[in-house]
Amino acid sequence: MSGKIAECPECAAKVALPADVMEGEIVQCPECGLELEVLSLNPLSLAQAPEEEEDWGE
Amino acid sequence: MLHSRVRVEEKLLIQAFADHNTPVDLIDDRKIVFDLQGNGWGKYDVVLERCVNHSRALYALRILNDWGIPTVNTYEVAAICGNKLETTSALVRENIPVPRSKIAFTPESALQAIEELGYPVVLKPAVGSWGRLLSKINDREAAEAVLEHKQVLGTYHHSIFYIQEYVNKPARDIRSFVVGDETVAAIYRYSDHWITNTARGGHAENCPVTPEIDRLSLAAARAVGGGVVAIDLLETADGQLLVNEVNYTMEFRNSIDTTGVNIPSRVVDYVLEVAKNR
Repeated sequence: MSGKIAECPECAAKVALPADVMEGEIVQCPECGLELEVLSLNPLSLAQAPEEEEDWGE
Repeated sequence: MLHSRVRVEEKLLIQAFADHNTPVDLIDDRKIVFDLQGNGWGKYDVVLERCVNHSRALYALRILNDWGIPTVNTYEVAAICGNKLETTSALVRENIPVPRSKIAFTPESALQAIEELGYPVVLKPAVGSWGRLLSKINDREAAEAVLEHKQVLGTYHHSIFYIQEYVNKPARDIRSFVVGDETVAAIYRYSDHWITNTARGGHAENCPVTPEIDRLSLAAARAVGGGVVAIDLLETADGQLLVNEVNYTMEFRNSIDTTGVNIPSRVVDYVLEVAKNR
């Protein structure tokens, strides 16, 4: 781990980010379970990830 | 690499490109503007499409292919696999075994089709994934209710009724991964629920790629245009295998440790092959 810690915008829990974290990466808040998107690395900023839409899939 | 979200799969692919000493640009589909008269993407040897929105993937691939840029997968593959009706039709065209399937355009004709198939049946949206909005319909009353709801509450697309026999499979299905001309791996997806998608909480175990799984997987991949695809197979009570669906932007995070196959590395091998042959 790089020790990068961000704050969940929903519940303010501490979210530990992987060492190789990237912009656009999806992480999950360990406390409230919300899916979060890493908006920027510097400054570190998280926001709720876009909600699933009807045509999402593989 | 064209993407919507950087999920586990995209990070594994980025790592695989790095392991292949191949530079890769990440292109977020939310930020793209395509200038149709000005191909600004000519510097790319190949584009790997990993969008999570089917519509964005489809239109981006259409434009890139029209510009002559090789893509994995192609527009044709995305168009067929993104639509269950088109997928099944392509599979049937190639004499690949699939569950009995009927298409109808009105609730009345859909009800008739359901009764011809016999209960239970499965109603699926033609476009959709991860097991969303699938209905297992056990009797006529349920059929009437679901058909009415689809017509009244859904968009026009939900009135293209795709009806399939319910395959009484064991509490699992099979997902195989085809990369180019090879079935590189397969998993069993177990679930107590009749919908066995791992996206819905099913769990995965390794499935040996038998000659039959290999043959059907490659045939299904060819039927939809080839490339990098994941095939969903159902086992019938009498041991026959049926091809249920083909996915063109496959997820594989639960299948690498399970199968011992480095799927992202195999995908990158294929992508580089496509670039070389452009």
